[in-house]
Amino acid sequence: MSKSGLFKSSIGRKLAMALSALFLMIFLLQHLVINLTAVISPDTFNELSHFMGTSPLVQFIAQPILIFAVVFHFVMGFVLELKNRSARPVSYTKFNGAANSTWMSRNMILSGLVILAFLVLHFIDFWIPEINTKYIVGDMSGMHHGEYRYYPELLAKFASPIRVVAYIVAFVLLALHLLHGFGSAFQSMGQNNKYIDGLKKFGVIYSIAVPLGFIIIAIVLYVTTLNS
Amino acid sequence: MNLTLKIWRQKNANDKGKMVEYQISDVSPDMSFLEMLDVLNEDLISKDEEPVAFDHDCREGICGMCSLHINGEPHGPDKGITTCQLHMRKFNDGDTIYIEPFRAKAFPIIKDLVVDRGAFDRIQQSGAYVSVNTSGNTQDANSIPVPKEDADMAFDAATCIGCGACVAACKNSSAMLFVSAKVSQYALLPQGKVEAKQRVQDMVAQMDAEGFGNCSNTGACEAECPKGISLENIARMNRELIKAKTAVKH
Repeated sequence: MSKSGLFKSSIGRKLAMALSALFLMIFLLQHLVINLTAVISPDTFNELSHFMGTSPLVQFIAQPILIFAVVFHFVMGFVLELKNRSARPVSYTKFNGAANSTWMSRNMILSGLVILAFLVLHFIDFWIPEINTKYIVGDMSGMHHGEYRYYPELLAKFASPIRVVAYIVAFVLLALHLLHGFGSAFQSMGQNNKYIDGLKKFGVIYSIAVPLGFIIIAIVLYVTTLNS
Repeated sequence: MNLTLKIWRQKNANDKGKMVEYQISDVSPDMSFLEMLDVLNEDLISKDEEPVAFDHDCREGICGMCSLHINGEPHGPDKGITTCQLHMRKFNDGDTIYIEPFRAKAFPIIKDLVVDRGAFDRIQQSGAYVSVNTSGNTQDANSIPVPKEDADMAFDAATCIGCGACVAACKNSSAMLFVSAKVSQYALLPQGKVEAKQRVQDMVAQMDAEGFGNCSNTGACEAECPKGISLENIARMNRELIKAKTAVKH
């Protein structure tokens, strides 16, 4: 094997999955922090949303990198899944996976598909209207009837209990995906040393706290719409 | 004990194969699983039927020859053992036991429960060795100092018997636990460090070429390994490959 072609090897592909996952996990944390302001201080949420939506650095550098990371993580996930399936052309009549591994670890493709379906909904809900307002209509002001439009738009979406339930289901699956994925990413990067136990504990906290944060936000926003 | 056995029967590599049901009675709980199959085969031979082909050799958990996927797990429902070390007392009277070959594209079936694990040999041949001059001037291995911790980890990795349970247990039929054990046993020792970069690249390339799946870090291999080979070895192999691939050529 030549020195080149790290990402052509099975291990290189694992590394690529891990690196894109790490980037997405950092993004998720940042997204959660901004969303938390929506339930703590709508004004701050409006300010932050306006900054994120109009800053050229965010719009034309961070956003394309993020979209690339998301698409890459999914495409590579599917490529690996197909390759892995082809490695066992005849399946077992009886396969007791629960005897030696967790459900999360064996069903990353399933939780991943649910997250992908959620992202489609999320893009239809927020990203596409946002792109339309800013770059097609050409309204970069972020204002509507003399006020910032971001918080009212957010609230309008969470008035639907069906959407709230869909979001909650997706975040539960995200938690399951992360519960395996966090530790798995570090293992794929070759990090299995004295820090791994601490990292895995942090991973469990992260994997539960972050999706739970999003779930709480969705519920609080829904309750807010009921009261307004 | 009276048992119902559902066993994979396949005449040869080209045959489609199917599960066939057998009844077996008067099984002693003290028999090993392979002895139980011996009894079944004696019965089949006495009835002029083709005995079930299965792999076995030392029957004391050392050689790694016995395989079998029993009730959905390689080497059956017990941890840290090979099939020859599995006893019938792990089962109950009246049980139905599924017996299948280790399944992977890289382990083609030869007959019934016998699979060709030659892929492991080819991976070994691609790099699991150290190049030493054996002309008679070989340095005494004990004269090279090795830190105790490294020696212990290398020894643990070297206890891999190449049985293939890791591949059989993995949902992806990945051979990474086996390959990483072999990579580690050399990478940890001074004699193996010299060729470490080339070794890991060659062995991983051979592993990929044989058609094994990728690693999803489920840990099924570690849980089913009769020798308790640790996932730490896979992390070490990943590290070794990333290091070798990103190293600047001099």
